[in-house]
Amino acid sequence: MTNNVNVILEVKNLNVEFTTDDGIVHAVNNVSYQVERGKTLAIVGESGSGKSVSSLAVMGLLSGANSKITGEVFFNGNELVGADPEVIRKLRGDEMAMIFQDPLSALHPYYTIGDQLIEAVLVHQKLKNSEARIRAAEMLTKVGIPSVEQRMNEYPHQLSGGMRQRVMIAMALINGPELLIADEPTTALDVTVQAQILDLLRELQKEFGTAIVLITHDLGVVADLADEVMVMYGGSAVEHAPVREIFYSPQMPYTWGLLASIPQISAKKEQLDPIPGSPPSALDMPTGCVFAPRCAFKHQVANNACVEKFPDLLAVSKDHEARCHLTESQRTAIRTERKIGKV
Amino acid sequence: MFPYIVRRIFVMILMLTILSIITFILFNAVPTDPARLTCGKTCTPEIVAANRIRLGLDQPLVVQYVEWIKGIFVGRTYGSGSATFECSAPCLGYSFRNGEEVTTMIVAALPVTLYLALGAFILWMLVGISAGIVAAKNHGKWQDRTIMSVSLIGYSLPVFFVGLLLLIFVIVRWNFLPYPNYESPFNDPVAFFQTMLLPWVTLAILYAAYYARLTRSQMLETMGEDFIRTARAKGLSERTVLRKHAFRAGLTPIVTSAGLDLAGLLGGAVITEYIFSLPGLGRLAIGAVTDYDLPTITGTVLLAAVFVIFLNLVVDILYAAIDPRVRIS
Repeated sequence: MTNNVNVILEVKNLNVEFTTDDGIVHAVNNVSYQVERGKTLAIVGESGSGKSVSSLAVMGLLSGANSKITGEVFFNGNELVGADPEVIRKLRGDEMAMIFQDPLSALHPYYTIGDQLIEAVLVHQKLKNSEARIRAAEMLTKVGIPSVEQRMNEYPHQLSGGMRQRVMIAMALINGPELLIADEPTTALDVTVQAQILDLLRELQKEFGTAIVLITHDLGVVADLADEVMVMYGGSAVEHAPVREIFYSPQMPYTWGLLASIPQISAKKEQLDPIPGSPPSALDMPTGCVFAPRCAFKHQVANNACVEKFPDLLAVSKDHEARCHLTESQRTAIRTERKIGKV
Repeated sequence: MFPYIVRRIFVMILMLTILSIITFILFNAVPTDPARLTCGKTCTPEIVAANRIRLGLDQPLVVQYVEWIKGIFVGRTYGSGSATFECSAPCLGYSFRNGEEVTTMIVAALPVTLYLALGAFILWMLVGISAGIVAAKNHGKWQDRTIMSVSLIGYSLPVFFVGLLLLIFVIVRWNFLPYPNYESPFNDPVAFFQTMLLPWVTLAILYAAYYARLTRSQMLETMGEDFIRTARAKGLSERTVLRKHAFRAGLTPIVTSAGLDLAGLLGGAVITEYIFSLPGLGRLAIGAVTDYDLPTITGTVLLAAVFVIFLNLVVDILYAAIDPRVRIS
């Protein structure tokens, strides 16, 4: 465990396995990261990369009998892996909170907004119902819900998508958590609303000093909010760096692919550059580098190493780690040629 | 909420009208002359003709239908001149078999069926839903497997088999209970409970098994919903998640089934009533069918239909109470 008191969440060698009828699925492999108080770590990857599963594991929300979590998760210095579920339950919604992708399905359709917020307060605080209601109204005002008193008596289906996500954020932050895990918080929203929600998260983070783990596949969101970025692919972290480094000096072909597939208005290109192929099946992981089957540069590496051996996560510079068998000069050459990042 | 209920009630009235027409056609669709059925062994063409006029069967069908409906709401007068007799509302006619008013017969049989259905209903809802929740909570564990196996057996056994088995062992062999002899609970509560216990259990076994399975599958489905994950993320205890968040969300199909099953039983639980000699609506209806007792058949069929439609209305109102999306459109 780190001695840095600024670290609110430290994940070390986290592994998550699911036992299924078709075999054991290694959803998350040896993932490690730290989140400092008040900072934002973005976990980036496509569906099935293990980014959501790793966060659900941190929250203790993978309690199913068929999942196995190993490794270490220190939250505020307390080990959560193997801890009493009751201890983690008391942290949830109080010290650490989570918001989800689709706020319509994430809110209970049969209870009013007010009731759902009041419930969140009363689980963790000994307050009267009326006091909790006042607290809920304050929080809803803070997240920018107009005519709060009326809204509190309404049901989720009566609100717009953006309003619902604001309600989710209010509910998550109502007990002043130190950590917020936001699992694709803007994916299900209209583009204009996305920007509002991101602004709101940034403001609230500044006000409350909440650390955020932002799970997303949208690099635009990453650029907007993150301090640090971890790119995940096939259940493993493949690159981990401060946000500027990821955009200016990406070191891993998968990250290059992600950056190249962002549409750019300035670029005079007819087509986007998608990454060829599709992510590996969690039941049938490649033996070598997880990205090798889709990697355009594996032939530049000698001895077929990409197919034979999974590269280690090695430091590229002080805070920057990446998994890749390409040498630094090879990477620089490729980035220069393809105009990836700043060279 | 209010317009929703008004709309439902309007639909209910429409359905009842259609149903009464169908029931009325039933009366006239039998391949015998109803007037012929009204006269006994010493029958002459003159009596048949006289009865036909007296019962209004010589009138056009539309007139007969209107008279029948009028009888239900305001009563009607049969015959004319000195030979008239009054049938006060709600008049469903006279039994062809014994000349008794159908309404009187139904009023006598209805409480028996009502007690039978409601008692069994309460029993099976309590047992079935609790078992289903326990099974869902312990999904895949031994509790779940036990409940599912037992309920599969309960669900597979036909009512006549369970009923007869209980009758033979509990009453005939072991003499735990006296032979069934229906008494009103107001006259002799002890005899009432002794008689009703086995019929209740018989019906409850079948339905509890079904409701255990239904509740379990509903709970498991809702447990996978996103809002359940949210409830857990809020730090709610598993108990609250299950009882408050998951159960309410999975309640709608259970309420639907419960309404229809109760309605079905209120129309008469024929087999159970026969096995345990309960003078209920089911026995009345089946007896009427074997005797070609047309007024009694139409009366009991109409009543059963009214139960189904009325409970459908109740279910619709409960939907709105459970799900705000129905209430606020």
